[in-house]
Formats: sequence, structure tokens, C-alpha cells
Amino acid sequence: MNASTAIRNGWQKVFGAGARGARPAPGDTSHGTILYLEDISVSFDGFKALNALTLYIDAGELRCIIGPNGAGKTTMMDVITGKTRPDAGSAWFGQTTDLLTLSEPQIAEAGIGRKFQKPTVFEQHTVMENLELAVAGHKTLWTTLRSPLDRRQHERIEEVLETIRLQDRRSMRAGMLSHGQKQWLEIGMLLAQEPRLLLVDEPVAGMTPQEVERTAELLLSLAGKHSVMVVEHDMDFVRSIAHKVTVLHEGHVLAEGTIDEVQNDPRVVEVYLGE
Amino acid sequence: MQTSHPAIQLLIGERGTQVFLALLLTVGVAAPIMHLAFPEGSALHLSSYTMTLMGKYMTYALLAIAVDLVWGYCGILSLGHAAFFALGGYAMGMYLMRQIGTRGVYGDPLLPDFMVFLNWKELPWFWQGFDMFWFAALMVIVVPGLLALAFGWLAFRSRVSGVYLSIITQALTYALMLAFFRNDMGFGGNNGLTDFKDILGANINASETRVALFLTSAAALGLGYLACRYITLSRAGRVVQAIRDAESRTRFIGYRVESYKLWVFAFSAVLAGIAGALYVPQVGIINPSEFQPINSIEIVIWVAVGGRGTLYGAVAGAVLVNYAKTYFTATIPELWLYALGTLFVIVTLFLPKGVVGLADKFALRRPAARTVTA
Repeated sequence: MNASTAIRNGWQKVFGAGARGARPAPGDTSHGTILYLEDISVSFDGFKALNALTLYIDAGELRCIIGPNGAGKTTMMDVITGKTRPDAGSAWFGQTTDLLTLSEPQIAEAGIGRKFQKPTVFEQHTVMENLELAVAGHKTLWTTLRSPLDRRQHERIEEVLETIRLQDRRSMRAGMLSHGQKQWLEIGMLLAQEPRLLLVDEPVAGMTPQEVERTAELLLSLAGKHSVMVVEHDMDFVRSIAHKVTVLHEGHVLAEGTIDEVQNDPRVVEVYLGE
Repeated sequence: MQTSHPAIQLLIGERGTQVFLALLLTVGVAAPIMHLAFPEGSALHLSSYTMTLMGKYMTYALLAIAVDLVWGYCGILSLGHAAFFALGGYAMGMYLMRQIGTRGVYGDPLLPDFMVFLNWKELPWFWQGFDMFWFAALMVIVVPGLLALAFGWLAFRSRVSGVYLSIITQALTYALMLAFFRNDMGFGGNNGLTDFKDILGANINASETRVALFLTSAAALGLGYLACRYITLSRAGRVVQAIRDAESRTRFIGYRVESYKLWVFAFSAVLAGIAGALYVPQVGIINPSEFQPINSIEIVIWVAVGGRGTLYGAVAGAVLVNYAKTYFTATIPELWLYALGTLFVIVTLFLPKGVVGLADKFALRRPAARTVTA
């Protein structure tokens, strides 16, 4: 766990600024793990969407989750973000935050951001305004009516613009962006909220090869600073970014390891890759 | 551009705003001079009738701005704003009634004529205080504001939106109309409040008073416009537009959508109330027909014709449609409603951005200019 300790230190350096202010400091990651899912079970009308799922994500890690349709990938994300309550099991964000006791907005506030498959940016607003809407800070009417962004928020936006490489598109209406750029902008909006764990659902669906490549670079650049969990079908893409891959099947973890280990695992080949 | 404070952006302004403010200033200076300085019969003389008509249009324009703020920017299609307008008008009307004093038909020093007629012996509690201008002025703001807050709180908290919200705002204004029609409500019933004599000690029909009312309306329109423009240029304005475009997404990134909608709605209602209060002394009457559901719908048509989500478009729409209305109802009154309906259909189908959108297209020939500048 030496590598993850180093990552954690770097991560805390980056988030030193993010932790100040009114935000509570949930998700104590002093043990190097940011997300604990243990024995999570969810069933819908008798169908077991998740079956005693156990999964850990390290702080600063970039993890890919793969699995055939119906393996429980989306349900797992729903449990983490509070949209679905499990029938059994526990879900912790760091050592101190019990996700199962928090509401959806509270979980978002605690620092878990989710990017849905379909890009949902504010099309009538410019790229800059989209980030401005998303950036962490007080969001009451009284504040937004009286004062523009403070310097720290501006710096944050500039940082995000650089990360998602949309600096030269900052004044463009988001509706005019290409599909890939919209996806990056949405990731940027998540980043502007200063999350600690990012859940990203099928980021490269419908992208051109160049866009896929840049998305891979983007996600790789986030790892270390943020913990990122990516659900993806595109195996080439997974190969290009993943340090560690988790294969879900019928609601539980079938295999975990590097992409090569996973691809050579006979069980995985049987249920998924071998088809 | 976003780094500057909205107040600074307000001063620099955009083209539409500059044109609007310049026009308002020109009209505000020229009309009183033409009315007072040139004798009747002179080619440059502006009749009292015309100036009062222009003053009336200005109150309509303020009302249209109020509707544009909630509809064009926040996406709340209110079909009940005439109710707030009328309530502000009634508050002013009550003050004007109390100023009549012994000059009424029945000469009662305290009770307005209609109360004497109804054999009432004393002034109802809710008429107390309206002999004082400051109190009436306060009520012009408080009554529509509180009603909007209460109504909005119930509606937005229950996440009533879209067409359902429009329908209950229609119900609101309709219910108020039925209530104000009743004689025992104590607001003059069917006849409403009229026969006003004085305002702040000045004869309400005197030329100077007319000019003062006209100037006050112009000032209220200008200030109301700037207040709304400030809101739309602030971060709050961009949040409000985000709510219009994707409400749940806005909630998801941490904004209390209900609170934003509620305060914008209430502020808009207050503007409508002020417009109503300035309207009443100029037209000389307020009665329950102002609460008619069709009136609220007409305001929305003004905004749509002018171009919603621009503020100056709402002003243009209010003036254009009302000028057409004045003209049509004088020449071919039976066709007016058909003309209005046709206008609305044409605008909806062919001019989604209204008259100002059309003007932009011809004048600029680069409607997407905003997207190119880096």
C-alpha cells in the first residue's frame, strides 16, 4: 500500500484548499480506502440485482467496472449515490461516513459526484457559465444575487477548464459543443464541485476515436487527485486506462485484477469475454 | 466578461438595453414639454389624453417586464399576473377613495359612497390606514408580495410546474375576480372604485398632476427594468435560467430551486403591483374586471410578441400590442380579439423570438455573435 499512501498525500495536498469552508470533512481516508461496499444486496421483485457485492476503492485510484448487461453496474452506482437503498450490507465513504444514512444531496455534498451516460449540460449557457453554476461554494439566492465568484472559485474554474481542455471554448454556448466536448464539460462540472470520488457511467459511448483518446487522457489525469470509478463496455478503452479492473456478474464480483489477468481468467472468458 | 460585477455590466449594458433607456429618456423628457410648453392647437402640442395613454402603456410595460422575468427567464408561465396588478391598483384606489372625503355624492366624511349606499355604518377594518399615502404605498408592495409568497410557497414546494401551475394561477385570478365582484367584500363590488379627486393633495385631473404621474410611471419602468436586468446579469440570473432549462439538473448541482423560484415570483408580483398602483390614478378607475383571466393571458401575449427573455422585448410587445388594441377597439372593436388571437398564432409559429428577435436578425445579421467572441 506504499503507492496508495503516496497518492493519498498528494491528494490531500490538492484538497487542502477544498476542505476549508462550511463543508464537513466526511470520507476519512486515513486507511487509504475511500469506498467500502460490503455484502450489498438489492432485489427488485425477487430479481437479485446485487448479490452480496463486496468492493473497495482506494483513494486516488482509477477503477474500471465491466460486466455484461444486468450484472448490476448501474444498481451499484445507484446504491453509492443514495438513489437505491440496499436490502442488506453496508456502504461507507472513508472510515467515518455511512452512505446508507445520507440522502442523495447529502452524498453529493459529501463529495461523491456522478456523471450519467447522457450528457446533461445547460445548453443555453456558455461553457464558463456551466462551470460557474457547478463550482463549489455558497449557492443561496442571496449570495448569487449580490456577489460574483471569488478568486478561489475563479482559480478552480480555470484549473478545470485546463483539465478538460476547453479553454478556447469558454465563451461558446454549451449546446454548440460536440458530443465529446459536452461529456468533458460535464466531467468538468463534476470536478468544479470538488468531489473526492467520481462515478462515471460509459464516458466514451458515441465518441469518435480521437475523442475516446482524449477522454482516456482526461480520466488518467484525474487519477491520483480524485478517486474515479468508470463503468465501461469498450474493452479497448478499458485497456487504455485501467490500472485495475473489476468484473461484475449477476450482482457480485466475479474477478478483479489487471486487464490481462482478468481477460485470461477462465470464468470471465466464459461469462463475458468469450461470447 | 463574467468577472465583472453585474452592476458594472448594467452600466455598460447591451444594445437592447441602451436603445430602451435612450427611448425612455427621450419620451420622458419630450412628452411633458410638448404637453406643457406648447399651447393647444400647436402642431407640437401633446394632448392630455395622449400623454395619459402613454403613461398607461408604461405601466403595462412594467407589468410585461414582471411577467418576462418569471416566464422568459425562470420558465414559470404565470397566467395570473393581472391579479397582482389589480391588487396593487386596488390599494392605490382605496387611498384615492379616502381622499374624496365630503366631496362624494353622499358627502360622508369617512365612508366612500358605495358604503353609504350599502347602508354601512362604519369603515371596515381593512380600509383603516388607507387615508395615509405611505400606508397605501406600502400595501401596494406588501399585498401582492405576500400573496405571491404564500401562493408560490405552496405551489413550488409541491413541485407544481408547467401547465398545472399556469392553470392554478388562472384559478387564483378568477377566484379573486369573483370575490371582488361581491358587494359585501367591501371593495365597491361590480363598480369598483372611481370618481377620484385628489392624489397627495393635487387635483388628479390637473395637467401638472398628469405630467407627474406620467413621469413617475416612466421612472418606475426605468427602475423596474434596471432591477430586473441586474437580476438577470447576476449569478442568480444564470441560476434562474438554468432552472428554466433543466430544473432537476440545477437541483442536482446543489441549488435550492424552490427558493429561487419563490423569490423571483414574489419580486415579479411586487413589480406588477406597483404597475397597477400607477395605472389606476391615470385611468381613473379600478374594478373587478381587471382580474379577468383573459387579462393575464394578454400580458403573456405582449411578452411573446415582443420577444421573451430579453426584458426590452416585453416593453416593445406591451407598447405595440396595446397601441394596436387602442387603434382596433376604436375603429373595428368586434375584430380586436380575432386580431389578437391571430397575432399570437403568427408569433408562436414564425417568430419564436418575437419582434425584437426579428429586429436583431435584420439589424445585426449575426445572431450567434455571442458564441464566437472568445
